[in-house]
Amino acid sequence: MSIEIRNIRKNFGSFSALNDVSLDVPSGELVALLGPSGCGKTTLLRIIAGLETPDSGSIHFHGEDATARQVRDREVGFVFQHYALFRHMTVFENVAFGLRVRPKETRPSDAEIKRRVHELLELVQLDWLADRYPPQLSGGQRQRIALARALAVEPKVLLLDEPFGALDAKVRKELRRWLRRLHDELHITSIFVTHDQEEALEVADRVVVINKGRIEQVGSPQEVYDHPSSPFVYQFLGNVNQFQSHIHQGEAKIGDVGVKIDAHHETQNCAALAFVRPHDIEVFKERQGDKPVFEAVVSYIHAIGPLVRLELKRADQEELIEAELTQVRFRELGLVQGEHVFVYPRNVRVFLDKSA
Amino acid sequence: MSSAPISQHSSYHKKVARSRATSEPIWIRWLLIGITLMFLSLFLLVPLAAVFTEALRKGFDTYITALSDPDALSSIKLTLIAAAIAVPLNLVFGVAAAWAIAKFEFRGKSILITLIDLPFAVSPVIAGLIYVLIFGMQGWVGSTLIDHDLKVIFAIPGIVLATVFVTFPFVARELIPLMQAQGKDEEEAGLVLGASGWQILWRITLPNVKWGLLYGVILTNARAMGEFGAVSVVSGHIRGMTNTMPLHVEILYNEYNYAAAFAVASLLALLALVTLALKSFIEWNVERNAQQHEQSFN
Amino acid sequence: MAKQKNVLPGFNLSLGYTLLYLSLIVLIPLSAAFIKTTELSFNEFWAVVTAPRVLASYKLTFGASLLAALINAVFGLLTAWVLVRYRFPGKKIIDALVDLPFALPTAVAGIALTAVYAGNGWIGSWLEPHGIKVAFTPLGVIIALTFIGLPFVVRTVQPVLEDLEAETEEAAASLGANRWQTFTKIIFPAIWPALLTGFALAFARAIGEYGSVIFIAGNVPFVSEITPLIIITKLEQYEYASATAVAVVMLVISFLLLFAINGLQWWSNRHVSAVR
Repeated sequence: MSIEIRNIRKNFGSFSALNDVSLDVPSGELVALLGPSGCGKTTLLRIIAGLETPDSGSIHFHGEDATARQVRDREVGFVFQHYALFRHMTVFENVAFGLRVRPKETRPSDAEIKRRVHELLELVQLDWLADRYPPQLSGGQRQRIALARALAVEPKVLLLDEPFGALDAKVRKELRRWLRRLHDELHITSIFVTHDQEEALEVADRVVVINKGRIEQVGSPQEVYDHPSSPFVYQFLGNVNQFQSHIHQGEAKIGDVGVKIDAHHETQNCAALAFVRPHDIEVFKERQGDKPVFEAVVSYIHAIGPLVRLELKRADQEELIEAELTQVRFRELGLVQGEHVFVYPRNVRVFLDKSA
Repeated sequence: MSSAPISQHSSYHKKVARSRATSEPIWIRWLLIGITLMFLSLFLLVPLAAVFTEALRKGFDTYITALSDPDALSSIKLTLIAAAIAVPLNLVFGVAAAWAIAKFEFRGKSILITLIDLPFAVSPVIAGLIYVLIFGMQGWVGSTLIDHDLKVIFAIPGIVLATVFVTFPFVARELIPLMQAQGKDEEEAGLVLGASGWQILWRITLPNVKWGLLYGVILTNARAMGEFGAVSVVSGHIRGMTNTMPLHVEILYNEYNYAAAFAVASLLALLALVTLALKSFIEWNVERNAQQHEQSFN
Repeated sequence: MAKQKNVLPGFNLSLGYTLLYLSLIVLIPLSAAFIKTTELSFNEFWAVVTAPRVLASYKLTFGASLLAALINAVFGLLTAWVLVRYRFPGKKIIDALVDLPFALPTAVAGIALTAVYAGNGWIGSWLEPHGIKVAFTPLGVIIALTFIGLPFVVRTVQPVLEDLEAETEEAAASLGANRWQTFTKIIFPAIWPALLTGFALAFARAIGEYGSVIFIAGNVPFVSEITPLIIITKLEQYEYASATAVAVVMLVISFLLLFAINGLQWWSNRHVSAVR
């Protein structure tokens, strides 16, 4: 089932949680709502579920206006951040709950409920925990039970609020791969909320970056990572070096160094922010012809792992540049702390400073 | 203004190993324990023991005779009736109030909580008085009621009303902090899974607060059966008609029939002991559950 | 009244029922007391509530309540301390018994205390030769009010004492404080709000108390007659308006105390969470 979100606004008192948000989620996709805490992503998810009502705007499920529909009639599955498992019920009863509360006419028989619950518990690979109570489970197990419970009512849409937020790093990685595989199996339209860019980029088909109640960018993980559409997205997705610069006719002036960029050819002397990813910083021991390079001093070397992280201090300013080199390249250069180097920004992206 | 809510009790008996630096010399410890036990004996144990001793002073036969007296039996019956009406009424109220206060935000909430506490602050005598003012002979609606041959004051309805008033906050006071602490995630989960409001209440909310609920009911019941001042004002002390057990105790005592007075009193004291035992049992249960939670988190 | 931003059902029903029931059982009947007093002119009202016998009863009620609450503050703190910090046989039973005054009907407490402290009672017969008369004197009133207020201080201080971290005391010890200094400078400031709250609760409860007092007090006008009894006496003489006048004075004081206690508890909770 597809979801269309139209011009949603939501205020809490004087705080604007969502400001004119529109979004299309095609059927069968796995979408991540990504943003810092307090950006409105959870509010948006709860509005889709019907747990909050928007001040204005509408939600359509498969083209039908569902804004006024009650939560229980929306056919959504919701996985809560802290799972919200029913403490006093066994795992089995938790998963069976959605079936048991149906009106008599549509309620499956006990045998059918039993069969379905065990099927779901097998799907989440926790059939052996059926008689346990939620407090007796680990975090990862609770998460999977919460998912099984949400799936039991055969929802048309699956909504997950920070599904891995409360888990430790190792379980987190395992579970997100598992969620991806599960989605590929079931193909149910799914939206999950996260503040972890790595999680969003790894799991989702599409990433929706949200900031301060507005959508900043929508795109595939590749798109949003490689072509961020705003300074916020650039900073939020991965490490980035940020430079104050001036743009003049297709050239970005950073300090005394002019870097050609393939944009803003018409712009005349305008303040801008320039962004370069650490792995797009090249380091040399000598000047490279007419390549525009910064002079810098190696101030710190972190050489554990496959990538070597360098902290470089620009000669013309107090600013630090972060660079990532492969171990091979690092050994080739044979850098030591305090060494004088030349730095070339390979891939510069600039955003005009509209306030200036 | 009653005991602290059950959620606070759950941390009792936590065993803390104390180093020498943060403990007192042994003689001070035993001195403090000794003074405490002395104080509690003088004020709690001795009076409690006195009730049973006095009740049995004239032998077991007198004791049984005193309890099987028709007036005594009718006072027991009336006490049970009053509690059987007051407890469910305040139970329903407590659940409704806790649902509104714990699960929703609205203006004036803290005022409402204070108002629910009001009956704790009111002297039982005044609790009786206000019903006399309304339903008594010269009261607001008293004369209308008499025209229809309905008696509230000096009759059972008055006793029930006074009992409801003095036990009004107990259940609500237990449930509100408990339900606030539990949040509304589980209820929302139930809603998304298709449960109706009543299904959520019966299958999710109430099972989650069952111990707090029981705790509140036990306190309500103990107070309902034991209330004296408020009931005394509205009852009119009509023997065999409007006497509850505590009032019957007073009448017998004022007639210098001490053995019989203490015999009826001993039943009420037993009720108190059962109440304390149940209360401890619930606290023990809650504490055990809390420990299980903690263990599984570690 | 409410701006609802919550999808859970039943708000209107539950709040509506709460307000209706609260009004019917508590608010309307209580307002009757205030309206009834308007039958008296202010001068009449003033004459009733300041009559010498009534004034004497205030003095006894508030004086005895204050003393009883003070006794409970001292021994309640001690009891809470011993129950939290020390181990001794029968501790769990003692802990449970602390709530006896909540559970025991006041009339039963009243006759039991009278039996024990009367001249021929277990304790009374032992005190009387020393010239200490308890039953049928103001001292008896204090004893009864101490009994019914006993659990309040214990039960408010106990959880706070439980939650105190041993580390802060260890820190104090490591910085050279002796045990007494640690208690007065570290522990007592932390439990002070709870102690004050428990004291206020015991005081408020004692002021309105009736059942446990009348048996042991002897009810001698000007000597051992408490204010609630004055109300009853006036009622029995069908002086409804003047009974209500005295009741209103007590109600106003009780309400003020209730607000003070709510404020104290708020302060106490804030204090505890700040200490953590």
